Amino acid sequence: MFLDPANFRHPAFRTGMADAFKVAPGIWAWGLMTGVSMVQAGLGPAMSTWMTLLVYGGSAQLAVTPLMAVGTPVWVVLATAFCVNLRFAVFSLHLRGYLMAWPRWQRLTIGYLIADLNYVQFVQNHPTPATDAAGQRAEMAYLCGNCFLTWAGWQIASILGIVLASQVPLEWGLGFAGVLALVGILCSLASSRMRTVSLVVSGAAAIAAYALPLRLNILVAIAAAVAMCLVIEKTAGMDKATT
Amino acid sequence: MIDVFELLTLLGLAAMTVLARCFFFILNRELPFPAWAQRGLLYAPIAALAAVVVPEVLATQGQLISTWLDARLMGAAAGVGYYVYRRGQGQAVLGTIIVGMAVYLPLHIGLGW
Repeated sequence: MFLDPANFRHPAFRTGMADAFKVAPGIWAWGLMTGVSMVQAGLGPAMSTWMTLLVYGGSAQLAVTPLMAVGTPVWVVLATAFCVNLRFAVFSLHLRGYLMAWPRWQRLTIGYLIADLNYVQFVQNHPTPATDAAGQRAEMAYLCGNCFLTWAGWQIASILGIVLASQVPLEWGLGFAGVLALVGILCSLASSRMRTVSLVVSGAAAIAAYALPLRLNILVAIAAAVAMCLVIEKTAGMDKATT
Repeated sequence: MIDVFELLTLLGLAAMTVLARCFFFILNRELPFPAWAQRGLLYAPIAALAAVVVPEVLATQGQLISTWLDARLMGAAAGVGYYVYRRGQGQAVLGTIIVGMAVYLPLHIGLGW
């Protein structure tokens, strides 16, 4: 994986790191505040550190932290984490086209590390899966570089947040930097009119369906936006075009 | 330190991360994949991000905000403004974060918006 020179000596590894660096301050601030939140919710520094190192998923961690602090049954905790993570299953369907060329353990290792922004930046950089071995290596090297920088920054920031939990009040709202990183990426993704439609429909649906439990509103919003875009394409006869 | 039960719970949660993030490429078997689904995936990334971000900026606990005097709104607007001004070139995303926070923090901490 990262220890494989074929990946970390590849020029795409640096491209991946450079792209991750563009959003790094948002990731750091977000990781920091996730660390602070876990401790302030009553998980304890040791538990919080293990959680960030093992679970590596900000939204799932924040969702299960209050449950674990009050001793909720394990299966409820696990089901909650899975549901909050369901958007990643949609990503995995997309990534399948890129990753099936690799052995399973490599797919699972890199898959574990692909968070929201890694997925978005990767498919933005590689709009279609490579069909030759050199192209597939470049994709894997990009993913390794991109995910490595995000992972390292997130872990350091989270642990810093756990250590500083009593010094950094949540009220400052430093976590908003994470939202702004996503806003910046949203701007870069809104490159066509249809994608902008997807943004608006999904955003509206996510607010309308907010009352659903386990953040299932995200899944409803993705389904609504994708369905709407496919219908518009169909009626406008755009489905033969290439954008 | 943490006990064995807590460690097992955390390992279970880590397994949930792997299961969700790798869901459709865990198995080696072929997956029938119609053309419309392929096209639909073009719109999934932006939809997923919008579903996470828009409620964070425009709503509080799922309720649409009812005032313009909101630090998140102003911060996000400033960030988007910077991105558009830079036309997405260079470190536009980094600038979005910095400009957005420069507007957000004074309004939020200073004025309590």
